[in-house]
Amino acid sequence: MTALLTIIVLVFILIAIWQMVKIFDLAQAKSGGDEIPGVATDKDNSLNGYLMMGFLAFIYVITIVSCVKWGDLPLLSNSASEHGPTIDNLMIISLVIIFFVQTVTQFLLHYFAFKYKGEKGKQALFFADNNKLEAIWTIIPVIVLAGLIIYGLNTWINIMGVDESDDPIVIELYAQQFNWKARYAGADNTLGKANVRLIDIDRANILGLDEADPNAQDDIITTELHLPKGRPVLFKMRSQDVLHSAYMPHFRAQMNCVPGMITQFGFTPTKTTAEMRATQQMKDKVANINEIRVENSKELIAKGEEALERYEFDYVLICNKICGKSHYNMQMKIVVEEEEEFNAWLKEQKEFKNSLIN
Amino acid sequence: MSAHADTHAHDDHGHHHKETFVTKYIFSQDHKMIAKQYLVTGTIMGVIGVIMSLLFRMQIAWPEQPNVIFEALLGKWAPEGVMDADIYLALVTIHGTIMVFFVLTAGLSGTFSNLLIPLQIGARDMASGFLNMVSYWLFFLSSVVMVISLFVSAGPAAAGWTIYPPLSALPMAQGGSGTGMTLWLVSMAIFIASSLLGSLNYIVTVLNLRTKGMSMTRLPLTIWAFFITAVIGVISFPVLLSAALLLIMDRSFGTSFFLSDIFIQGEVLHYQGGSPVLFEHLFWFLGHPEVYIVILPAMGLVSEIMATNSRKPIFGYRAMIASILAIAFLSTIVWGHHMFVSGMNPFLGSVFTFTTLLIAIPSAVKAFNWITTIWKGNLQMNPAMLFSIGFVSTFITGGLTGIILGDSALDINVHDTYFVVAHFHLVMGISALYGMFAGIYHWYPRMYGRMLNKNLGYIHFWVTAVCAYGVFFPMHFIGMAGLPRRYYTNSNFPLFDDVSNVNVIITIFALIGGAVQIVYLYNFFVSIYYGKKTVQNPWRSTTLEWTAPIKHIHGNWEGEIPHVYRWSYDYSKPGHDEDFVPQNVPLKEGEEELQH
Ligand code: HEM
Ligand SMILES: [Cu+2]
Ligand SMILES: [Cu+2]
Repeated sequence: MTALLTIIVLVFILIAIWQMVKIFDLAQAKSGGDEIPGVATDKDNSLNGYLMMGFLAFIYVITIVSCVKWGDLPLLSNSASEHGPTIDNLMIISLVIIFFVQTVTQFLLHYFAFKYKGEKGKQALFFADNNKLEAIWTIIPVIVLAGLIIYGLNTWINIMGVDESDDPIVIELYAQQFNWKARYAGADNTLGKANVRLIDIDRANILGLDEADPNAQDDIITTELHLPKGRPVLFKMRSQDVLHSAYMPHFRAQMNCVPGMITQFGFTPTKTTAEMRATQQMKDKVANINEIRVENSKELIAKGEEALERYEFDYVLICNKICGKSHYNMQMKIVVEEEEEFNAWLKEQKEFKNSLIN
Repeated sequence: MSAHADTHAHDDHGHHHKETFVTKYIFSQDHKMIAKQYLVTGTIMGVIGVIMSLLFRMQIAWPEQPNVIFEALLGKWAPEGVMDADIYLALVTIHGTIMVFFVLTAGLSGTFSNLLIPLQIGARDMASGFLNMVSYWLFFLSSVVMVISLFVSAGPAAAGWTIYPPLSALPMAQGGSGTGMTLWLVSMAIFIASSLLGSLNYIVTVLNLRTKGMSMTRLPLTIWAFFITAVIGVISFPVLLSAALLLIMDRSFGTSFFLSDIFIQGEVLHYQGGSPVLFEHLFWFLGHPEVYIVILPAMGLVSEIMATNSRKPIFGYRAMIASILAIAFLSTIVWGHHMFVSGMNPFLGSVFTFTTLLIAIPSAVKAFNWITTIWKGNLQMNPAMLFSIGFVSTFITGGLTGIILGDSALDINVHDTYFVVAHFHLVMGISALYGMFAGIYHWYPRMYGRMLNKNLGYIHFWVTAVCAYGVFFPMHFIGMAGLPRRYYTNSNFPLFDDVSNVNVIITIFALIGGAVQIVYLYNFFVSIYYGKKTVQNPWRSTTLEWTAPIKHIHGNWEGEIPHVYRWSYDYSKPGHDEDFVPQNVPLKEGEEELQH
C-alpha cells in the first residue's frame, strides 16, 4: 500500500516536472528562443546575477538569525575548569577571524558574480597573472595562521602537560558498553594495578584490580564522579571493550578510552555544581529547557504517557566515540563540590578490599 | 619527448574492430563509455546514500516516533515503525561510506578522469583500455557487495565509516560487526583494487599520451587535478588496504594487530599487544588524503568551468598548479588532526596542528584565485557556472572552520560533535558534490550529445544551495553546544533539549534538498533521449574535447589528433576576433604565448 502510494506520488512529481519543462520551453519560444539550446542567454545571466546577490543576503541573514536565535547554545563562556577560559578565548578569536573572512570573501564572490554578469558584446579583461596579488594572499594567511598556531600550541601544551608537582588527585575513568565507573586512588593517591584479565564478576572485582596489590586495597569504585573544587585532577582513562571517549563539555575536556592502554587528561574544576547552577547563563538555559519540556509533556500527557521530569542542571560525562547500540545513552553524572563535602562523600564509599565478595 | 610517441600506433585504431552490444555497452574498453558507466553507477549509489541520510535525519528530528516510511523501507529494523538504534548507526555508516567512496571518489573522479583525460590531452584512449574496463567492473562489483551487505540478518556494518576496532572487530560488540562488516571490508578491498588500477592508468596516460605540443604547462587544470589525485590515491589507498587486511586477520584469524586486553560480555578475549591507535593512524593516513582525492578533481572541474564561463583565463595558472602540489604533499602529513584526543603523544598533536594549519595557505590561494577569475569577467550563468560559484562559496564556509578543528587545543571540545559534521559536509561533501554537478552540467553534451534543460538546472541549483546552508550551517551551533554525532537520539540528555528544534529545522531543509534532486534526476535521464541536440562547442571552450566529433567514435578523432599550440585559457585574448582561441589554433604571427 505504502509502496503504491509512493509510486503514485513519484509519477505525479515527474509529470509536474515534465509540464514545467514544457512551460519553460513555451516561454522561451515566445521571447525569441535561445540561440543555442541549453546555453544561458543575457536574460538568464541577469536573473541569476540578481539571485547571486539574493543568495549573499541569504547567507548573511541565516548567519545573523542563527546567532540571535541560537547564539546562547555554544559553549563559549561559563566554563568550569581552569584552562576553560583559554580555550574559549582562542575559540572566540578564531570565530571572529572566521566571521570576518567569511563576510568579506562571500561578498566579493557573490558581488562579482552579480556585477560581471555576462552581456553580449561585453569584453572580459584578459588578466591571467599577478605575482604581487598572489604574494599578498599567501602572506596574509601566513601571518594570521602563524598567530593562531603560536597561541594554539601554547594553549595545547599547557593543557596536556601534567604538572606532577601540583599534587593532583588521581582518578581512573573506566569505560564499558554502556556505562562509566570512576575509581579513586584512596589515601595513598596511587591507583592499584589493574587489568581486564583479572576481572572476577563473582567476586565483584568488576574493574580487574590486582587483589594482591597493596595500592589497590584502598581504591574506591563509584558510579558517580565527584570532584573537589580547586584541586587539580588527573584522569587516567581505561576501557574494557571498545573505544569510548570521555567528554566533559563544561570542563572543555575530552580524551579517548582505549582498550589495552591508559590515556590521561588533567584539569582543575573551578565551579561547584551549585555555583554553576547559580550563574545567570545557566539559569536562563535551564528555564528555557524546562519550558520546552513542559511543552513536550503536553503531547505526552495527551497520549496518556507520563510527563517529563523537571530538569536541573548537572555536569555530565558523555561518551563521544561511537561504541555500539546504546552509545547515545552512556553517561555519568559529575558533581563538583567544596573539598570538605567531597571528602565527606568519599568517606562514605566502600574501599575495594571491603567491596569484594568472598 | 614521449608526449606524442604513440599517436601513430593508434591512428587507425577505431576502424578495426566490430563492436557488439556487449563490447560497446557492457564490457566496453572505450573511456567515454566507461566514464558514463561510472557516472550512472555513482548516481545510483548516491540516491541510496542520500535516502539513508534523510532516514536518519528524520529519526534525529522526531526521535523514536513511528513513521510509515521507516516501516516500508527498514522492515524488521523498524518494529512498529520506530527506527532501531542499531540500524541508525548502520545507516550513518553506510551513508558515509557510500558518499565518500562510491559517489565522490569513483562517481566523481572515475567519471571525469575517464572522460576528460584522453579527450583533453589529445589521446585516442587510456593507456590501457583493458585495465580501465577491469577497474570499472571491480568498482561495480564492490558496489554490489556493499549493497548486498545491507541485507544480512545481523545488519550492515555500523561502526561508523571510520570502522575503528575493536568495535568493528568484534561481532559481540555490535550486530553489524559480523557478516555485515566482513562484506564491508571485502567491498572496500575490491574498491581499492579498482581505484588503484584506475589511478595507475590515469598517471601513465597523462605522462605518456599527450598530443603533440601538449606540454605539462599547457594542460588544463582539470588534468593537473586528476593527475595529482591519482598520485595521492596510489600513495594512500594501499595503506587503507593493509589496514583492512590486518583487520580481517584480527577478525578471522585471531591475530592481535589492533586488539588488546578485552573483556566483553563476561569473557576475556585472547588478544594481547595490539593497539586500536595503530589502526587510527593507518586509517587516517588514507582518510585525510581521501578528502583531497574527493575535492581536488572538483577543484579542477571548477577551475575549468569558471574560466570558460567567465570568458577569462583562470587567474594564476601556475599558482593553481603549485597549490595543488602543495596540498597534495601536505595532505599526506596532516592525518593526525583526526587523532588529537586519541591518546597519542600530545607532542605529535602539536606537529599535526602545525602541518594542518599550513594546508590552509594553498587552500586560501585557490579561493582568492577563483574570486579573481570572475572579477571583470563576462559571466555566462550556465548551471555549471552556478554550481562552480556555489562550490567556492561552500568551500570557503566549510574550510574556514578547519582552522578551529585543526587547532588541537580547540578540537578538544568540538571533536566528534556536530561541528565536525557541519565542517566536513560543507568543505568536502557539498563542495565536491557541487563540483560533480558542475562537471555534469558542463560536459553532459560531450557525454550524451544532448543538452540538459537549463531551467531545471537553475531550479536544481538554487533550491539545493539554500538547503545546503539550511542543513549544515545550524549544525555548527549544536556542535558547539557539545552535541555528539552518531547519537541515535538526544532525548536521554535533557541538557540538549534546547537543540531539538534546531534539529527539526535541519531535517526539513534536508528533506526539501533531497526532494529537489528528483528534478535533477529527471533532467539527467530524460535528456539522454529527449534533450535538445548539442552544437559542437556549446560553451565556446578552448580545450580539445570540443574539437572531437559529437557522436562518439572509438579513438576520439577521425584522422589525425589535433596538435596543440597554446595553453588552455586563451579567453578574451586581445588581438583575436572571438573571445576564445582553442588550443589547436596556431599562434598568429607575432602573437606571444603567455607564461611558458
Ligand atoms: C542530503 C545530503 C546530506 C545530509 C542531509 C547528510 C547528513 C548527515 C548527517 C546528519 C551525518 C551525521 C550523522 C551522525 O553523526 O549521527 C552525516 C554523516 C556523514 N555524511 Fe552526510 N549528509 C549528506 C550528504 C553527504 C555527502 C554529499 C557526503 C560526502 C562526503 C556525506 C558524507 C558523510 C560522512 C562521511 C558522514 C560520517 C559518517 C559517520 O559518522 O561514520 N554526506 N551525514
Ligand atoms: Cu561509549
Ligand atoms: Cu583530515
